Amino acid sequence: MPVDMSVPLGAATLPSPMMTASGCAANGRELARFFDIRELGAFVTKSVMADPRSGRGTPRMAETPSGMLNSIGLQGPGISAFVDQDLAWLKQAGARTLVSIAGNTSGEFADVAATLRASDAFDAVVGVEVNISCPNVANRGLVFACDPMASAKVVALVREQLPRDVPIFAKLTPDVTDIVSVAQACVKAGADGLTMINTLLGMVIDTDRLRPQVAGVTGGLSGPAVRPVAVRAIWQTRAAMLEGRLPTVPIIGVGGVRTGRDALELVAAGASAVQVGTATFNDPSAPVRVGRELAGLLEDKGFERFTDAVGVAHGRVARA
Amino acid sequence: MSEASTRHTRVEGSGVVQVTGELIATRRAGAYHHLTFVAPGLAELARPGQFVALAVGGDTSANLLRRCFSIHKVSPSGTYGGTVDVVISAVGAGTEWLSTLRAHDEVDIVGPLGRPFPLPSEPVACVLVGGGYGSAPLFWLAGALRERGCHVEMVLGAATESKLFGVVEARRFADGVTVTTDDGSAGNKGWVSDVLPMVIRRTGAAVVYGCGPMGMLRSITDIATAEGAVAQVAVEESMACGVGVCMTCVMPVAGKDGTTRMVRSCVEGPVFRGDRVRWDAFSDGLCRVPADAVGAPRVGGH
Repeated sequence: MPVDMSVPLGAATLPSPMMTASGCAANGRELARFFDIRELGAFVTKSVMADPRSGRGTPRMAETPSGMLNSIGLQGPGISAFVDQDLAWLKQAGARTLVSIAGNTSGEFADVAATLRASDAFDAVVGVEVNISCPNVANRGLVFACDPMASAKVVALVREQLPRDVPIFAKLTPDVTDIVSVAQACVKAGADGLTMINTLLGMVIDTDRLRPQVAGVTGGLSGPAVRPVAVRAIWQTRAAMLEGRLPTVPIIGVGGVRTGRDALELVAAGASAVQVGTATFNDPSAPVRVGRELAGLLEDKGFERFTDAVGVAHGRVARA
Repeated sequence: MSEASTRHTRVEGSGVVQVTGELIATRRAGAYHHLTFVAPGLAELARPGQFVALAVGGDTSANLLRRCFSIHKVSPSGTYGGTVDVVISAVGAGTEWLSTLRAHDEVDIVGPLGRPFPLPSEPVACVLVGGGYGSAPLFWLAGALRERGCHVEMVLGAATESKLFGVVEARRFADGVTVTTDDGSAGNKGWVSDVLPMVIRRTGAAVVYGCGPMGMLRSITDIATAEGAVAQVAVEESMACGVGVCMTCVMPVAGKDGTTRMVRSCVEGPVFRGDRVRWDAFSDGLCRVPADAVGAPRVGGH
C-alpha cells in the first residue's frame, strides 16, 4: 500500500513534502534537465531582493567535512526580472513555487513582496519564504533572525502585502541562543509557518596562503555536517508547540538532508515538509530521490500517511 | 544495494545525462592519470570543450562537491558501449580518490556540461594552446577542426616535462607542434606566451583556442588580440555542482551589449571569448566584482 505523501501547507495541499532549498537549486531550468520539477511538493527559488545584485567576488566556497562553506552574497536578478523571467517560466512548467525573498531593510522585504503579488505569474506561488537569516549580508551575525523584534517587523510587513491564502514562512538561523523565542515572534507577527534551518556562520582558512579561503571571509556552513543542528532546532520548536508556548504551525525542515533516512529524522522531529539543499550539488536529482526513499521508509514502517510521521519522535522519548 | 548502482537520469532533450560510469581503464600519463569510463548516452551528446562533473568517494562520501573535468575524448560506440575519457591531476582529496580507482569501480558522472568550443565556419588556420593537462580537450578539438579543413597547430606548455600532457598525441592530431617548459626539460625553455606570437604569424591563424590556468589564458588573449586573432578560452573555475545551481563558479564577463555580469562558468562557459573576460578583476587568487558590473556592491559592500 503506497503511503499518502500529501501534506497541507496553507490553503494548498502539496502532493509531496519534498522541496528544493533556496539557493541550492537556482530557479528551475537547471534542475529540470534532471527531473520533472512538478514531482516536488514545491520548488523553492533563490532568495530575490529588490534590485539586481552581483553577489561577491570569488572564491565563494570551500569544501568542509561532510559539507561546504558558501559566501555567494545573494546574487540575483532583482524581483522585476525574477517575476518576468523565472517565475513566468516556473508557472508554464507547472511548478508549485515557494518564492524566497530577502531585503536589506524590512521595507525592502515588503516592496519585494508587493511586486511579487502584482505579477502575472503569482498564481504559481504556493507560499513565500521570508529569508531573514542569510549570513552573507553586510552585517554578518546581525541578521534579522537573531533578533525577535527585527524578525517580527519583517514578517508583519510582508504579511500585509500578501493575500491571506498565501502562507508565509519565516526562515530562521540556528545561530541564536533561543530559537523558540524568534519562532514565537515570527508566528505572532503573522508567519503561517517556519523554515529551519539556514546555514551556520562559519569560516575556513586557506593554509597554503594563510588567509581566509572565501573572498567574503566568513560564509554559511551547510551539508550533512549540520543536520544534527537542524534536527535539534526543529525538535525544540515543535516541543514548544506541543507545550502550548506557541501556536502549532507547520515547520519546513532543512539542513543536511542527503537520503530518505535523513529526511525522516527531520520529519520525526516535527517537520511537515523537507527541503534538500547542499546534497543537490552532489546529486542533481537528490530532491526527488530523497522523496522516493522517504516514501519507501514510511511504507516499511507501516505508516499510511506521511502526516502521521510528523513529530512522531516526541511521543517516544526514553525516560530514565 | 548502492544507490549509485541504480542511478541513470535522463530527461529527453535536456542534452545531459547522469549515469553510473564504470571505470574500464586507468593509466599514468606523466604527472597525471588518464581515466576511461563507460558512460552510456553521454558520448553522443558531447562536443569538444564540454566537461563532466564526477562525484567522489562513493555514496556516503564526506566530500560532497563534484569535481569537474574537461572531456578528453569520447567514443560513442565500442566494445563496452559509449565511453568518456578524462585526465586528472591528483592534488586533493577528491582527485586522489579518483586516481586510486581500479577497473570496474563505479563513479557517478553528470555530463556533458557547459558550452563547447565554437568552430569557425571557414577553413581558417587555428592555434590550440594547452597549459599542463589543460591540453586534454584540445586533441579532440583539433580533430574536429581538421575535419573542417582547418590548418591546426598546437602549443603545449608546462613547468616541466612530466607535467606536459599529450605531446605524442599532438603530433598525430596537429599539423605542427611547439613545446615549451619553464625549466627547459622538454622543447623550448620558457612559456607558451614566448612562442605564441611567432606561431600565430607563421600560420596566419584566425582563432587561438586555449585551456589552462587563468594567467595563461589572459596572456593568450592579449597575444591573440594583438595579432588580430580571436581567442576562445576554456576556464578552470572551481565549481561545487557543475550544473548551474550553486553560483560558486562565477566570473565577470562582458556580454555582446558590452555590459559586465557575474556569469556562471559552468553554464555560460567554460568557453568564453577571451576578449570578453574581465581579466582586470583577477589577482592573487581572487576575483573582485568590477565596479561597473550589473548589481555590483555599493559602498559598504553586500
